[in-house]
Amino acid sequence: METTIKHFISDMVIMLGRSMRHIFRSMDTIITVTLMPIAFMLLFVYVFGGAIQTGTDNYVNYLLPGILLIAIASGISYTAYRLFIDMQRGIFERFHSMPIARSTVLWGHVLTSLLSNAISVIIIILAALVMGFRSSAGVLSWLAVAGILALFTLALTWIAAIAGLSAKSVDGASAFSYPIIFLPFISSAFVPTDSMPSGVRAFAENQPVTSIVEAVRSLLMGQPVSNDIWVALAWCLGILVVAYTFAMLAYKRKIA
Amino acid sequence: MAGNEIAISVQGLKKYYNNIPVLTGVDFQVKTGSIFALLGSNGAGKTTIVKILTTLLKPDSGKAAVNGFDLVAKPENVRQVISLTGQFAAVDEVLTGRENLIMIARLRHLNNPRQVADDLLKRFGLTDAAERRVSGYSGGMRRRLDIAMSLVGKPQLIFLDEPTSGLDPEARIEVWKIVKELADSGTTVFLTTQYLEEAEQLADQIAILHKGRIIAGGTLAELKKLFPPAKVEYVEKQPTLEEIFLAIVGKKEDK
Ligand SMILES: Nc1ncnc2c1ncn2[C@@H]1O[C@H](COP(=O)(O)OP(=O)(O)O)[C@@H](O)[C@H]1O
Ligand SMILES: [Mg+2]
Repeated sequence: METTIKHFISDMVIMLGRSMRHIFRSMDTIITVTLMPIAFMLLFVYVFGGAIQTGTDNYVNYLLPGILLIAIASGISYTAYRLFIDMQRGIFERFHSMPIARSTVLWGHVLTSLLSNAISVIIIILAALVMGFRSSAGVLSWLAVAGILALFTLALTWIAAIAGLSAKSVDGASAFSYPIIFLPFISSAFVPTDSMPSGVRAFAENQPVTSIVEAVRSLLMGQPVSNDIWVALAWCLGILVVAYTFAMLAYKRKIA
Repeated sequence: MAGNEIAISVQGLKKYYNNIPVLTGVDFQVKTGSIFALLGSNGAGKTTIVKILTTLLKPDSGKAAVNGFDLVAKPENVRQVISLTGQFAAVDEVLTGRENLIMIARLRHLNNPRQVADDLLKRFGLTDAAERRVSGYSGGMRRRLDIAMSLVGKPQLIFLDEPTSGLDPEARIEVWKIVKELADSGTTVFLTTQYLEEAEQLADQIAILHKGRIIAGGTLAELKKLFPPAKVEYVEKQPTLEEIFLAIVGKKEDK
């Protein structure tokens, strides 16, 4: 039993190492998940920022949570892509015919998604610091932010798993993420919702990104968090449970 | 090495895809240490049989066992002794040749993954390409790496699904050599092919899969008696045999 657990962990580490290598060797991935969000941040802060009225004197502080969500949403499209390629190239079948715990294959991708998104989030926060981002949050608030972002990543990762497992083409595997990447733009991520026309505003205020952005922003600014945090958690958990269920169905169908 | 032990035994194997029968009762046995060729045209169900025997797919009915372990009841035991080289090269394109081999050696929990990788690279003539990413490999190199990855940990039984499809003649002959060496070292080889010539070159036992069944099986000599090229009228009375016969002859003439 003990060796089984030891093997399970070491096999998982091997799977994780493999797909982390895929990321570090793909310029495309690195650019999309770190440089693009940073470029967005530069654009919004130095080009549009002057014209945007958010009621805060530091627009980077206002903007950062939304940028992080965009980075995560782009990150998980690569999770779907890697999963799809693995299924198609037959390496899944090789692993599944080997004497290893099969679950390590799928969970390797999930762990990779969590780890790689955590890395890009950290890089983007560092870039934001250079651009003037300042936070008065304490350790607990930072932990809460990390928790919310990890939960958000996990929820989106299982959506990515559905796409990666059931897509018919490479494009299909990553296309699902575009609407998710777009959601922050129709939320309070860049501008306060009260500046929007009423229909758009109703959507913006009731979609998951706004509550997540508001919760993260309040935590980072050291302001009291309102109900938003519970709404955010409920959204993340809800999406996670539903997506996980469907991903498992797709997975069982594939390996049955 | 070819004793009388049975490495693979399949009885009444049936498989449906969405209620469409693909295997309608397949029976055969493979002796330990022999090379067994499953011959069939495209879509005959060869890959389906390979997937069932490598625990990737569950049969709808029938019995199949590898080294005495029932495939459905004891898949873990089966996976301990087999290795699969699928129809399409299952290699990691982003990693180098050496990294691919080390990864498999680690997953098999071998003591010295680097040494194992180096030995296989040498054996398969890939030492010079070892540090290059597989995405830059030729079809033949990729296939050799694919087979090398299946040999990590010295499995007793190796499945090769159309190992030479899509290879140029030179690479094909190299794969043949590898298969022969494997059998000489005592490994049981189960391979599928669309080419009679390949089965002829390699196999101790041949089984012809057609319309979901094994319609003929035996050694090459035994099969030749079934398809006497001169007796066209005999073939005409047996439409299924005729199709197979023509398929085989047609493919040979294509060359
Ligand atoms: N996943 C699947 N779903 C439905 N039909 C399938 C599936 N896989 C294979 N088939 C069908 O089953 C038949 C046998 O396929 P296969 O075993 O791949 O044949 P071969 O390897 O001999 O070319 C073909 O007609 C193929 O179209
Ligand atoms: Mg096939």
